[in-house]
Amino acid sequence: MGKSLYDKVWDLHKVRTLPSGEDQLFIGLHLIHEVTSPQAFGMLRDLGLRVRMPERTFATLDHIVPTDNRKRPFKDALAEGMVDALRKACTEQGVTFFDLESGRQGIVHIIGPELGLTQPGMTIACGDSHTSTHGAFGAIAFGIGTTQVRDVLATQTLSLQRLKVRRIQVEGKLGPGVYAKDIILEIIRRLGVSGGTGYAYEYGGSTIEGFSMEERMTLCNMSIEGGARVGYVNPDQTTFDYIKGRPYAPKGEAWEEALGYWRSIASDEDARYDDVVRIDASAIAPTVTWGITPGQAISVKEKVPAAEDAANESERALIREALEYMRLEGGKPIEGTKINVAFIGSCTNGRLSDFREVARRIVGHKVAAHVRALAVPGSMEVARAAEAEGLDRVFREAGFEWREPGCSMCLAMNPDKLIGDELCASSSNRNFKGRQGSPTGRTVLMSPVMVAAAAVRGEIADARDVFGI
Amino acid sequence: MALDLIQSVTGRAVHVPGDDIDTDRIIPARFLKCVTFDGIGEHLFRDVRFDERGEKREHPLNDPRFAGAAILIADRNFGCGSSREHAPQSISKAGFKAVIAESFAEIFFGNSTTLGIPCVSVGPEHRAALVARVSADPTTLVTIDLQEQVVRAGGDLAVPFTIKPGARESLLRGTWDPIAQLLEGADEVQKVAARLPYVQRAAAQ
Repeated sequence: MGKSLYDKVWDLHKVRTLPSGEDQLFIGLHLIHEVTSPQAFGMLRDLGLRVRMPERTFATLDHIVPTDNRKRPFKDALAEGMVDALRKACTEQGVTFFDLESGRQGIVHIIGPELGLTQPGMTIACGDSHTSTHGAFGAIAFGIGTTQVRDVLATQTLSLQRLKVRRIQVEGKLGPGVYAKDIILEIIRRLGVSGGTGYAYEYGGSTIEGFSMEERMTLCNMSIEGGARVGYVNPDQTTFDYIKGRPYAPKGEAWEEALGYWRSIASDEDARYDDVVRIDASAIAPTVTWGITPGQAISVKEKVPAAEDAANESERALIREALEYMRLEGGKPIEGTKINVAFIGSCTNGRLSDFREVARRIVGHKVAAHVRALAVPGSMEVARAAEAEGLDRVFREAGFEWREPGCSMCLAMNPDKLIGDELCASSSNRNFKGRQGSPTGRTVLMSPVMVAAAAVRGEIADARDVFGI
Repeated sequence: MALDLIQSVTGRAVHVPGDDIDTDRIIPARFLKCVTFDGIGEHLFRDVRFDERGEKREHPLNDPRFAGAAILIADRNFGCGSSREHAPQSISKAGFKAVIAESFAEIFFGNSTTLGIPCVSVGPEHRAALVARVSADPTTLVTIDLQEQVVRAGGDLAVPFTIKPGARESLLRGTWDPIAQLLEGADEVQKVAARLPYVQRAAAQ
């Protein structure tokens, strides 16, 4: 039996087995940001340690950056303090910092790939659960806690238990108006929000092979929403073409050498998997969440589940809690639910291809009068490229606010927040209670084009009907 | 850096019901704006414990009968969502020493272990039995015995639990914070770095 990419990369990076039975694993790329990392530098100082390999850590700002006015100092003194703490620590320890004025700042999971830092066959860690995004390149990438950020800074390694590997085989052609976001929402709906606990997800099959890198990133990004800490796609020509020529990509002879390594770590044809799941992509429709976990999802044409439909009491309790919070009625269509806010952005769907796809649909349409609509590029590079193509004008003309790069309304750590019980059609990744900043705010997850359709109609709508897709 | 050997945890327990309780619920994002974890315990379950005006809602953690509990009992998939260590830090700083649940999210489990907070999994019926016991008598002393892998409550109730073997070993051995061991491996780390083509390439440039 052959080996999976996960097992090959793990074995290459394994330093030794620790007495606890966990493995000490070398971390090839460490990304840090202002929310979960400044505390780790404090822990390092308390132990009298320095950063072991400062050239393998890269820092930026994303979570707390205001997207309307980036002028320093920020109005929020706490946010300003976090930025300062990170900047000082990076300067002291010789860590490269992509600051607000660097031209390279953005959401950590967008800039890693964009700068060519993210490469196949690496182990990548970051104090953020959406680090699984980088798995799109055939890396083992995962989120870690702050104490583990300290471990990486101090030793360039982590103590970890090896995961099992589940192959998710996606075959078939996507229907019109169906995107990578719909595939991952379907996978989470099918396997559950804890179905991936203990597993790395390997996504493959003809649908995934046909995906662009940006689509693969959307897919891998939400692995953690299905409980899988790691999600990845085997590297191929699409991967190599994306990386070539980027600032941190290998060049000249080093490029050829890198290609050899990247090809060598892809899963063998006869790789052994702990589990295999098959998904028919052609059967998937535009998907939206109706509840308070990403697994509570339905096709836009379906009705919201009712508690009575559930198989057991614990399922019924979850449905009742979700319906009460979302103020939805079981058995009624989700289509037609009034929205207040539309958000396009985040590490899930804040890339150039997302804005291009929406822009070509919304030309000639207007955002409904009662809807506040935000388009937030994921990085300065995405913003520049989109603006060079005039996408910002298209969004503005349609009634969207075109903002500066950051995490924005995905997670409520900056001024972009829901107010009261506003309902947001969102291209982000989590619909948890209070996620978007108001303890009673409501989130409905969907693809960016579906968000645009909801913005235009002022209610949850099927983008295929709204835009004639 | 000598760490405590964590062989058992004993204390009163409180049940916070609900499957899929996520890290945003454990600690809402607006309380993540800090450069240390000091004082973060106050915000544990903030939005389910208090309404918008800051008035207490009905919640087990607001119930004086459970004040001072050292063990949190939860349901399925506790701690899903973000990797924020603020979640187990707030649990720890609020005075909890261990969590019992039917299951845990991966990252939350790892973060908790690293802080020396055992997270042990019990079957649904056993979870229900423990909850019934502590709800009927909040003064019940609960012991999580990591040697025997059993949770005892009130002298006569004993239920088995599971925990990842690596986590159990590191708690028992007092290596739950792995930094000392990771630092010891420095020479071997160098060898691994030397065999990784991308590390070598960067070093050569």
